[in-house]
This record gives sequence, structure tokens and C-alpha cells, in this order.
Amino acid sequence: MDLSYGPEAEAFRTEVRGFLKDAWTPGERRKDELKAFIHEFRAAATGAGYLYRRIPRQYGGSEQPVDVIKAQVIREEFQHARAPAEVGGNGMNMVVPTLLERGTDLQKDLFIQKTVEGDYVWGQGYSEPGSGSDLASVRTKGELNGDHWVINGQKIWTSQGMAATHMFALVRTEPDAPKHDGITYLLLDLNQPGVTRRPIRQMTGQSEFCEFFFDNAIAPVAWQVGERGKGWYVSRTTLKHERAAIGSADGLGNQFAKLVELAQETGRIKDPVIRQTLARIEGYVLSHRYSSFRLFSCAAADEDPGPISLMMKLLLTEVGHEMALLAQELIGEEGLIEPAPPGARGRGPEKWLDQIMGSLGNSIAGGASNIQRNIIAERGLGLPRDMVGGV
Amino acid sequence: MRFHLTEEQAAIQEAIAGTLAQTFPMERLHAFADSEDDFDPASWKALMELGLGGLLVPEDAGGVGLTLLDAALASEKVGAAAAPGPIIGQMLTAIAVARSNNAQAKAHLEGLTSGATVASLAFGGEGTPDSWTATPQAGEVRFVQSARAAHLFLLGTPGGGLSLVEAGDGVTITPLKSTDRSRRLSTVAFTGSKAHELFAPGDPFVGKIHDAALVLLAADALGGAQYCVDKTVAYAKEREQFGRPIGSFQGLKHQLAHMALDIEPARAMVWYAAYAHDADLPDAARAAALAKAHLADRFVATTRAAVAAHGGIGYTWEYGLNYWFRRAAFDRAYLGSPARHRARAADMAGW
Repeated sequence: MDLSYGPEAEAFRTEVRGFLKDAWTPGERRKDELKAFIHEFRAAATGAGYLYRRIPRQYGGSEQPVDVIKAQVIREEFQHARAPAEVGGNGMNMVVPTLLERGTDLQKDLFIQKTVEGDYVWGQGYSEPGSGSDLASVRTKGELNGDHWVINGQKIWTSQGMAATHMFALVRTEPDAPKHDGITYLLLDLNQPGVTRRPIRQMTGQSEFCEFFFDNAIAPVAWQVGERGKGWYVSRTTLKHERAAIGSADGLGNQFAKLVELAQETGRIKDPVIRQTLARIEGYVLSHRYSSFRLFSCAAADEDPGPISLMMKLLLTEVGHEMALLAQELIGEEGLIEPAPPGARGRGPEKWLDQIMGSLGNSIAGGASNIQRNIIAERGLGLPRDMVGGV
Repeated sequence: MRFHLTEEQAAIQEAIAGTLAQTFPMERLHAFADSEDDFDPASWKALMELGLGGLLVPEDAGGVGLTLLDAALASEKVGAAAAPGPIIGQMLTAIAVARSNNAQAKAHLEGLTSGATVASLAFGGEGTPDSWTATPQAGEVRFVQSARAAHLFLLGTPGGGLSLVEAGDGVTITPLKSTDRSRRLSTVAFTGSKAHELFAPGDPFVGKIHDAALVLLAADALGGAQYCVDKTVAYAKEREQFGRPIGSFQGLKHQLAHMALDIEPARAMVWYAAYAHDADLPDAARAAALAKAHLADRFVATTRAAVAAHGGIGYTWEYGLNYWFRRAAFDRAYLGSPARHRARAADMAGW
């Protein structure tokens, strides 16, 4: 084992640092000026080969060979300098990789660069009120009319829904085909008369998601990705594009550090029960952290890490619940008023109230915990499969 | 950057597992558990021939020159087979002798490396060096493994020192009926025994040896727990009820998924604790304490879940799960409970 990245990576780190020192100089710029500067900076960083490494130059990327270690060094240094990294969200994570693999030249030309530059924001049109874990049962209907699809139905749980300009959606186009074979993967413009959006108010009181209603909305046939009726399989290729990053574990580690801070602020850190609980939770936090090192290491060596890769989401969810319960104990009566009075430093009790409720979102979003358990049991342990075809 | 096993490390693990499958299969484990023996010469000899005795000893001192990580990988496979050892005692006594400046003690190094000389840990007190009370002149240590077979004891002395005590005059062994049938225990009393001081009280190396023991116990627990997961998953694929393999029922599937979720991520925690020790990282002692606490708890939970998932057959003596259940009880309590090591970890973090 060796947790250093090696001399070649460290030389690269020096190079990235040098670039950031010269190029990331936001100074006192505000609003529009800052926005323009960030745009300029991203273009320069892409030119230097640091951003959009997997995207061809013709679509605004830097087209670099795959190198997880370099990508990690870049992530770390950008984070350290607080410099803007790639535009995130569903567009970069899901639509662009799918288009690169399955899109037509027209689709690549139309969408990739605009997404990379942040002009297009993508909402995911997968879940429906009647289709949660059983996603392949989607009923939103698409009917061909000349050179465009006419769409009727409803999509739900679209994150960034209020900001989204476009949607990638699973639409039932072959009502008589078996359920996995009757779906087409369509792209559509959300700013058209047939589309109505409405924010969903969550149990936290916030609205991070939208639901969408389609009433004769249209999508050009030229925007259909992959073959008609093969959309389910197109969407599966998208889900494979998860990137290995050590940083993925930092969120949990940072949250744990804040939990310790909360115990200190509330004067409970000397309580033996609290100390035991914290140290017990830390066992899981460290397991998650070092397993992320393991996954990263396997990705760098292009080796299959085995079933551990199927376990990270459920582990994260379960540890999040444990932390939420301890936070609830620590904030005590302060949590009875919303918003709770802010803590002395760090993330105050008002934020912990969000976490206490928000941690439940983790057990639902991106594959509910019981689905994760099925995946671990079936794909990881090789147990007989359920009737669920689409997991 | 590398944080997964090399092909060579995987091959070492395979060799140890294969050796134990041949020399210490379930029939041998049953026979051993039913006997009064505290040592199994056949599996010992086979493991020693693989070089485990001198695994940690530098090559120029006649050993294999590997790291605590490699020792942990070995310990994991010994735990998986519920083999008696005393492997952890042997590996740590050998490196302690090799690193000491005591020439007389070093006369034993060759025997320790080859395995002809058997050594066991005699760490008493409440699981940390500051609680050790026995000296080679006076005192007793409970829960010593394979004491009747041991030629040498690595005795933890007051204030955190280490002495190498020779079996024979001045060493009295009283066998205990141990819960863990795979590792028979004794109380060893020292009254003017023949001993060589390896490290004076307070020597920082003593803390490192103790931390290493915690890591190796965590690895034993990892291996034992993994055995239980594998055994239970295999059973769930075979056993049929209501005309279907029970592993196709979602209730059981989810239990099995959680057993795996308890163990597989914890593997990296053991690796890190061993690596931190080898690389002398500032958090090495804390990583060892947390790994011992976490893995010991996970092993106990996994053995309970394994019996529950099996149903009736898991509750029988004959099926053998109980050996791991009992081994988990030992790994949990020996050298300090999870609560004790978590309290230490809290102190070390400055909470």
C-alpha cells in the first residue's frame, strides 16, 4: 500500500498549482463580471487540459487520455484554490457521456458544448408517480407524428427542475411491447407550451425537485437517442459513467468532523456515551473512506474492485442515519424551534435539522436502500434474482 | 498510489488458505475442539513452512522481511480457518526479538523464524501496556494461548516493557476451559522464571507491538467474519424451502446483504491500520484501536447473523458455526473490549 501519488503526479501537481496561481485571480469582481471571468477561466483551464478531459476538443473539451491520478490531483488543487471546476449536474454526469457513446453527430453538435459551457441545464425525466423503483414501468406516452414525438404524461423528482432548460426522458413509445422494450430515450426542450413545471415541497420545507406535466409537448425525432424502443438500454449505459474520486468520501468525513464540533460546542464531548457513539460511528466513516481509496486505486490500475463498489451508497446512507440520530441527541431542545438558533461556529443546529431530515433523502434518491440491498445480494453475492428485471 | 492488494499478496493469502484447508479442515477443527489440546502440530508445521514465523523479521536477520499488512493478510486467513496458532504471538515475538538488543534473546530467533520454537503472547492487565502487572519474577497472566506448547512467552511487564520468558522452571501453567474452542487458554504464573528483557518499560516500540497485536486481531476477526458470510451465502443458495432456494427470498437476501455490508468495507479499515503502522503515520495507534473495536463488533454481529440466517442447522454443534461464534467472543474481549479501545481513540483524538 502506498497512499502517495508518486513523483510524476507531484510534478503534475506543481504544474497545476502554477497554472491556478496565474489564472485564478477572481479578486474583487462581482456578479456579471465574476461570471464572465469564471467563463474565461474555465476556457483557459480546458485549454491547459485540466477540465472536460474526456470530451473531444470539437465539443469544447480538452480530450485528454484517461488518467485517474491526474484527474484526482486536478480536483484536489482546484478545490484547494477554490477555483471553479467543471459545470456539474445531470448534464455533465449523464447526458454528455450518453451522447458521446450513443448520440448522433447532430445531437453532439447541438448539445455537448452548450452543456459544457453551462448554457443548457438538464433535468432527469425518469421517475413518475407510478414508477419509482420499478422504473421500467414508465407510462408517459410518446406518439410519432411526422418528424416529431408528441408527449403526454407526468415526470417527478427532477432535481434542478426549476433551472432546467432541457430534459432527458424515458418515454413509452411501444405500448404493446414487453415493458423494457417499449421505451425510447428522448431529449426535449422544457421551454415550450406543452410543458408545465411545479416545485415539490419536501419534508425539510425546501424545494429541490420539480414535477413536470406534459400536454402534447413535442420532441424532434432527431433528438431521440438510440433506437426507438431501446431507451431503457440507453439509460443503463448512462448509469455506468460514475467517476472514481477519493473526494467522494470527503463529504462523509467532513460531516463527521462537524458532528464532533457539534458535540464540542454543546459541551457533550466529555460525556462517555457520546464519546463511545462518536467512535463507533467513526468506524463506519473510516471504512467508507478507506474503501473509497480502494476503489480509486483499482480504477487507477484498471482492475475490478469486486462487490465493494455496489456497497458504497448503502453504507453512506446508513452512516448518514447514524449521524442524524446522534445530531438529534446533541442539539436536543434547540431542535424544537425552526429555524433552530445558529450554533457558535461551524454548521449550527439549523443546518443539522436539515441533515436530520435530509439524510432520509439518501435512502430514496438514486436507488432506494432496499433496491441497493437487492443489488448487493444479487450482483455482489450471486443470490437468485427476483422478478425485478431492471435492477 | 496503491490501496488494493498486489497479485503477490493475493497469492500469499491463497497459499495460506489452501494450506489450512488441507491441514486444518472442519474434521480437524471438530477433533481439536473435542480434545484437551492447546496446539495443533500439523497445521502449525505447514504454516511455518510457508514462512509465517519470520514473516515480519528482516531478511538480513533470517526472516521474510514483509510488513504488518502482510502479517494481517495471513492472520485474516488463520481467522477464516479458525486455526489455533498461536500465529499472532509467534509473528510478534519474532519481530520483538529481532528488534531488541538482547543477544541472549536473539539466540532464539532462528527457532522462532523456523517455527521450531513456539511463542505466545502473555499480555495481562486490561488490554493496554499501562495496565500490565506481571514480571518474570512474580505475577500471573490469564488467557495465554497454546501455553502448554509454548517454549517462549512474550511477557508484557509493568510500565509497558517486554520480556522474553522461557518455559520451564518458574513458569506454572493452569489450563482454563476456554469458550473459544479453537484457541485453548491457560493462566500462566511467573515465579522467578528465566527471562531476557527485550524492551525497557516505556520504550515506544512496546506500544507499537501492542498496536500490531490489535491490528492482527482485527484481521483475524475480518477473516472469521468473511468465512461466516461466505458459508451463509453458500447455504442460502443450496437450502430449499417452499420449493425455492431460501436465498431467493428478499427478507433473507437483505439480511445477507447487510452481513456483507458489515464486513467488506471494514476490510479497507484493516488494511489502513496495518499500512499506517508500517508507514509510521501519526494516526497509526488510533487506527489500530478503532480497527480492533470495529472489527471485533462486526465479527460478533456477523456470527450471530450467520446462525440466525441458517436456522436450525446453524444452532447445532456439528455444523460448526459455533466455533467462529466463540472465536468472535475471544477476539472481542482479548486485549481490551471495543468500548475500551473507542475510549482510547476518543482520548487520542483530543475529544
